[in-house]
Amino acid sequence: MNEIIQLQLWQLAAAYLFVVLLILLVKARGIPREKEIFLASVRMTLQLIVTGYVLVLIFDNPHPAITLFTLMVMQAFAVFNIYQRIKSPLTPALKRIIALAMILGTGASLFFFILVVIRLVPWYHPQYFIPLGGMIIGNSMTGIALGAGKLIDGVHQQRQLVEGALMLGATPAAAVRPLANSAFDAAILPTINSMLGMGIVFLPGMMTGQILSGVSPVTAIEYQIAIMLGITGSVTLTVFLMVFYGSRSFFNQQQQLELPAEPPRS
Amino acid sequence: MFQINQLRVGSILDIPALTIEPQTITCINGESGSGKSTFLRLLNRMISPDTGTINYQGTPLEEIDPVTLRRQVVMMSQEPLLFPGSIADNLQMGLRFSEKPDASGTELAEMLRFVKLQQPLDKDPFKLSGGEKQRLALGRVLLMNPDVLLLDEPSASLDDETESFVLQRVVERVHQQQKTLLLVTHSKTLAASMGEKHLVFAHGTPRDVTGGISHE
Repeated sequence: MNEIIQLQLWQLAAAYLFVVLLILLVKARGIPREKEIFLASVRMTLQLIVTGYVLVLIFDNPHPAITLFTLMVMQAFAVFNIYQRIKSPLTPALKRIIALAMILGTGASLFFFILVVIRLVPWYHPQYFIPLGGMIIGNSMTGIALGAGKLIDGVHQQRQLVEGALMLGATPAAAVRPLANSAFDAAILPTINSMLGMGIVFLPGMMTGQILSGVSPVTAIEYQIAIMLGITGSVTLTVFLMVFYGSRSFFNQQQQLELPAEPPRS
Repeated sequence: MFQINQLRVGSILDIPALTIEPQTITCINGESGSGKSTFLRLLNRMISPDTGTINYQGTPLEEIDPVTLRRQVVMMSQEPLLFPGSIADNLQMGLRFSEKPDASGTELAEMLRFVKLQQPLDKDPFKLSGGEKQRLALGRVLLMNPDVLLLDEPSASLDDETESFVLQRVVERVHQQQKTLLLVTHSKTLAASMGEKHLVFAHGTPRDVTGGISHE
């Protein structure tokens, strides 16, 4: 059974029964959430259909410019998503650092992965480049959002301690080091946890997809191990860049702590 | 040590002219909100003035690297700050932040005796009382042995007897080591008796009342 079962339209439609079930259930319980569930299902369907056709188009016309453009769109979406997810006030300087950390960190990891680990020829082959890029960017996005939120809240909450360290002659880097370390730790923890549970608690999406499409589970795990390590590398690099440069963005040129007036929402 | 001219910080502080001589002790009083803490924070550049100049040893503050300045002009804030670790770690913290070698165990024990804190060095400082935390923070800045000490109510949580005892020792030490001290204290009696200079802040402006506190 190496052939994947092609889903007929009616088979796909049958799967929507799960959504109908959910809507009926929330209605019966009086939970006012039907509209969002309906909207989410419609959006999911439309977005995936569009993505499917766009990917077919890109795969049929492999070109480095198209591959790189797709990567840029994914990056832009990820950076925007990070800004939305961080509830604490973001300064323009920190926004710039987040964007740069994402571009440099994910870019370096993705190209290392494509050129050294997979040795993809041609390097821009969209069938590999785009899904791998998506996974690396998506996981780094979650890491940075977690780390930046933790860093900002930490500096606001521990403001007195940071200033106290400065008064004792600390450099800004030394004054925020414990907060930067704890933000870094919080950001990489989900990646470490996901490595711990991999293959036992859950089968990751890429591996499941490959197995479903007829690839041998042994090949699928090779790819999964490789991408998991690639993701770890990218999360580490992006979060490190963000924390390292981001923690300096709380200080002005006079090495004084300068926080936006609005307190963080906790 | 410090020459201040036409200094303004919003509506908090307005100092037309003020000189702090080196190797002197200046005591500062004033109502809360009269600008005392803001004044100290300006001297080690934790904040910058809106207008005016401060010279430190003849050099404008903005020409001195802020971190280098803060290693010579060390401030202890009103709220005693504790860092994670033991009492010993907290005493070493100032030396570590300013990248100086650690003090020896004997020096640490001596410092605890000096600030009248009878607690073991390995104790968790978060279990200390308010007054003990304040003496620990005081010991930390004294260990750094800076040229200028800015102490913002270092004895607010101490009883009168301990306050007078500890501050008297600090003053003697500063005199012995020929350092400069600016001390904010709520006690007018202590302020009048301890320093060579006595400033009273009101609405952001200091008034020199040296030797004239009885007329207040």
